[in-house]
Amino acid sequence: MSAKSQVAHAAGQVAMFPARAVEPLMSGLQRVLGIKRMPWVFLIPNLTAVVLFALLPVFINVFYSVSGSDRLFPWDRPFIGGANYQTLFDCTNYLDPATCSRDLFWRALGNTMVFVPVQVTVMITIALLTAVCLNREIRGRGFFRGIFFFPVMLSPVVVALTWQWILQRNGALNGLLSATGLPTLNWLVFPNTAFFWSVFVTVWAHMGFYTIILLAGLQSIPRDVYEAARMDSATPWRSFTRITLPLLKPVLLVVFILAVIRSVQTFDELYVLTGGGPGSATMLMVQYIYEVGFAAQPRNFGLAAAASLLLGLALLVFTAIQMRISRGGNND
Amino acid sequence: MANLVLDNVKKSFGAVEVIPGVDLDIKDGEFVVFVGPSGCGKSTLLRLIAGLEDVSDGDIRIDDDSVVNVPAADRGVAMVFQSYALYPHMTVRENLSFGLENIRMAKPEIERRVGDAARLLQIEQLLERRPKQLSGGQRQRVAIGRAITRDPKIFLFDEPLSNLDAELRVLMRVEITRLHERLGNTMIYVTHDQIEAMTMADKIVVLRGGIIEQYGAPLDLYNNPHNLFVAGFIGSPRMNFVEGKLTEIAETGSTFEAPGLPPMQLPGKIASTAKVGEAVTLGIRPEDFSVAREETGGWPVSIGVTEQYGANSYLHGTLPGDIPVLIHEAGQSTARRGDTLYVKARENHWHLFGADGLALAHR
Amino acid sequence: MTDLSMAKSGTSIRGFISRRRGRKGLHWTDWLTYAYLVFGLLVMFVPVLWVVVSSFKTPANLAEFPPTLVPFSSETIMVEGYDEPLPLFDVVTEDGDTVQLAQLRRVGIQAQMVDPANPDERIVVPIENATPVRKFYLAFENYSNLLSDTGGNIWRYVYNSLFITVVATLITLVMNAMAAFALSKYRFRGSNVALVSILATLMIPATVVLVPTYMIVAQLGLVANLWGVILPTVATPTGVFLLRQYMLTIPDELIEAARMDHASEWRIFWRIILPLSSPALAVVAIFSILSRWNDFLLPLVVLTERQSYTLQLALASFQTEYGIRYELLLAMTTLTALPLACAFIFLQRYITSGIASTGIK
Ligand SMILES: Nc1ncnc2c1ncn2[C@@H]1O[C@H](COP(=O)(O)OP(=O)(O)OP(=O)(O)O)[C@@H](O)[C@H]1O
Ligand SMILES: [Mg+2]
Repeated sequence: MSAKSQVAHAAGQVAMFPARAVEPLMSGLQRVLGIKRMPWVFLIPNLTAVVLFALLPVFINVFYSVSGSDRLFPWDRPFIGGANYQTLFDCTNYLDPATCSRDLFWRALGNTMVFVPVQVTVMITIALLTAVCLNREIRGRGFFRGIFFFPVMLSPVVVALTWQWILQRNGALNGLLSATGLPTLNWLVFPNTAFFWSVFVTVWAHMGFYTIILLAGLQSIPRDVYEAARMDSATPWRSFTRITLPLLKPVLLVVFILAVIRSVQTFDELYVLTGGGPGSATMLMVQYIYEVGFAAQPRNFGLAAAASLLLGLALLVFTAIQMRISRGGNND
Repeated sequence: MANLVLDNVKKSFGAVEVIPGVDLDIKDGEFVVFVGPSGCGKSTLLRLIAGLEDVSDGDIRIDDDSVVNVPAADRGVAMVFQSYALYPHMTVRENLSFGLENIRMAKPEIERRVGDAARLLQIEQLLERRPKQLSGGQRQRVAIGRAITRDPKIFLFDEPLSNLDAELRVLMRVEITRLHERLGNTMIYVTHDQIEAMTMADKIVVLRGGIIEQYGAPLDLYNNPHNLFVAGFIGSPRMNFVEGKLTEIAETGSTFEAPGLPPMQLPGKIASTAKVGEAVTLGIRPEDFSVAREETGGWPVSIGVTEQYGANSYLHGTLPGDIPVLIHEAGQSTARRGDTLYVKARENHWHLFGADGLALAHR
Repeated sequence: MTDLSMAKSGTSIRGFISRRRGRKGLHWTDWLTYAYLVFGLLVMFVPVLWVVVSSFKTPANLAEFPPTLVPFSSETIMVEGYDEPLPLFDVVTEDGDTVQLAQLRRVGIQAQMVDPANPDERIVVPIENATPVRKFYLAFENYSNLLSDTGGNIWRYVYNSLFITVVATLITLVMNAMAAFALSKYRFRGSNVALVSILATLMIPATVVLVPTYMIVAQLGLVANLWGVILPTVATPTGVFLLRQYMLTIPDELIEAARMDHASEWRIFWRIILPLSSPALAVVAIFSILSRWNDFLLPLVVLTERQSYTLQLALASFQTEYGIRYELLLAMTTLTALPLACAFIFLQRYITSGIASTGIK
């Protein structure tokens, strides 16, 4: 037996240990319950976790949103009906957040409604461009693919700290600008530049993920279609718009929906990079939920739940509309 | 060793009735082959016997004990799957011993059995390999070996040779037959292949639409097909069929007439139920014609394609009215395209089937 | 010598680039593609490289503006009569010579210096005439200081992160595989309902159910406990989905054969299905490791005590705690990113193909 297979054997023995412990239990269960009920035995652990940490919370959340006080446990909380929603929607002028009793909610909402479309559009455009480049017959394709992908692996905190380090007043960016004689700026201190860099950094961190999906989509388009287009003397641009894009549409749709859902949920990077600031210039909905429900004293779980349900509802509506549109598009 | 009884076994998948009812009695030590067209329920029947599917109705008895409520592992049957179903991540040895370890057999006994099976199938030198590192024929042996180590009462084979090339198939066919002689177990074998069925079987079961059309020894089926379906299915190449009616019935022979053809004498006895004027189908196997080069009162066949195999020749021709006929001649035929041959039925080498498709037995 | 090797590598790079499959020569679109990709290389990779380089700079070097490209440290010298080593400067004298002097102190735009060879005589030099003498220096002490200055707490954070990642991943693998096995290899009433309700949780963003999840964790008494971030994350719908799709491709005959081999259902799962699903398991494991190691919001909410902090939490709280100790922050950032960077190099293929096949992280 080779050394390698001995190691594998030893590893196998270690891995077998829990199995040895579980096996008598499971075969006992099989004897008692019969083979027909065994699938449920296999399902129960996962189902328990799903119910406990995904389905049940949805219902509890609904209750939170219609109950008050800063108590955590539902049975301690008095029912207050739609008061939380009323508080959120309590504005004299809906176009001006300052007139709302929860102006931060409206600012976060407004920021999210600008951030999401901009970030998603920019990100998908760049990801598509990158995927098209990576799909060409070029040298070092695997290397470049890795380069564009690797920020996806970095933790949001690392991403944020990295860019903070570059964007700070004495950072590399300002160093580069001053070396070329351009004016320097304290990038994260001004609302507009902070917002720009928020979009930039989140695109930087996540576009590799969508690039990979789009690249797989591109690679699944058969080569001979392009060859046929060449025979029909189509220009590269025309074969992109008339062949690539239509054939990529299903993948683009998936990418689009995923990107929107995740963009709406953006939190970690911006929490570390800007902390929602300056002021509330880069505060998005999830951070608002976090601030209201966990950071602020007293914790307002009801308001956080109401805000998160509205967020979930918005996502659901968005996805449903997207699905409907795409299905309509496929019918013709 | 065991006998197997199927008693009115039925099987439905949802609303689809795949096996409407099968009765079968297989004696201890018999080699039984299931044949039939694709989708007729051969595999289903085999899986019912194995216990991989539950019967919808009816009873299965092994050694007179009902097994319909016994799990597959405890029925004392072993199955060789068409795809072999070898565990790809285990070595051959592990594949052979997995089932024995599961019943906590003592290590030395496992080793003995694996060794015996490996020796019997000549796969001893392959024991440490993975299935991927084996040829098709070797995998086949391992699959059979796995069945052997379990020392079952009944072996079940589902088209075990269909993934092998023609040469290997002949070899393995002989080997399985020899194995049957050695072990003497009851074996049930599903196949598409005529030759496998004819050469290996003690008994053949012809299935159609989940119903047994005929059950008997190979040559019995060949010589005495009970109906048109069996007549057409058993024997390769296929029997020739001509539709017409009986115009005369006598002790020593009858007369068959088809539109546009001269009357054909059928020497030999015929069933008493046959009536003159009845619409019947005449069936004659390609090798059962008596062939003449000159006009002697037989049916004229104009020859088209001729297939020369060297030892045998097959002549594809047509009767007037464009009825296709296939004629076998031993040796190398001198007939050429465009020739006309004259054929007659030989004594007792013809088959008549009534309008209901059942044979009008003549023996 | 260097010129020679440069020229050589130049031609070989050109040869390398233009040696394309199929056609000969480079089309203008190829040039555009390479230009874009190289630009991408700079934008994607250089920032991280910059952090790594910065983490090897001394605090003084870090405070410089504009920043230096490579880590430098100022040369110092022991001068007779002074206890501390003094920084060394290149000074241009009035007659245009350059001499090396040690600086005592700066006074406005003047600096007091001494000649190390002649320590008694003080020289006053205008600072625009003096440049520090520097040498390339990797400040590994940033890393050792990180360990000593945090009082060994860093090991606590590493342990917490590792524990969460490893345990959650193992549980995820076994649990998801069990569910996937049930949903792919058995026909039973309720299987569709179970599958749909597991997959439906894909639609529930974790942030939306943050409050009740916290409540349930609290109810289980797991606040500030590592299990409080492990349990809510183990039942990943994507894991079940991916494994189920893979297991559907394992022939049923194998299971039937095993069943005829007297294997119990658990044994079939453990000995046949799990080993055969290892490619899919690898993908699920990688995703799980990635997301558990990088997880932020749930730990932020659940792990309320410093004892239970993960690396990510510690890193995020580092700024406020140590104020301006950038050299430590950078070292810790590098350390946090390092394990995954290594994993990435080895597992890139799995990861990208996994993402491509599921479209889900
Ligand atoms: N699990 C199932 N669910 C529904 N129908 C089935 C199932 N298994 C088999 N059938 C149907 O039962 C019929 C018989 O199938 P079976 O596999 O027994 O055929 P077969 O005789 O073995 O065919 P072949 O020679 O092609 O292997 C077929 O019509 C098939 O579609
Ligand atoms: Mg079959």
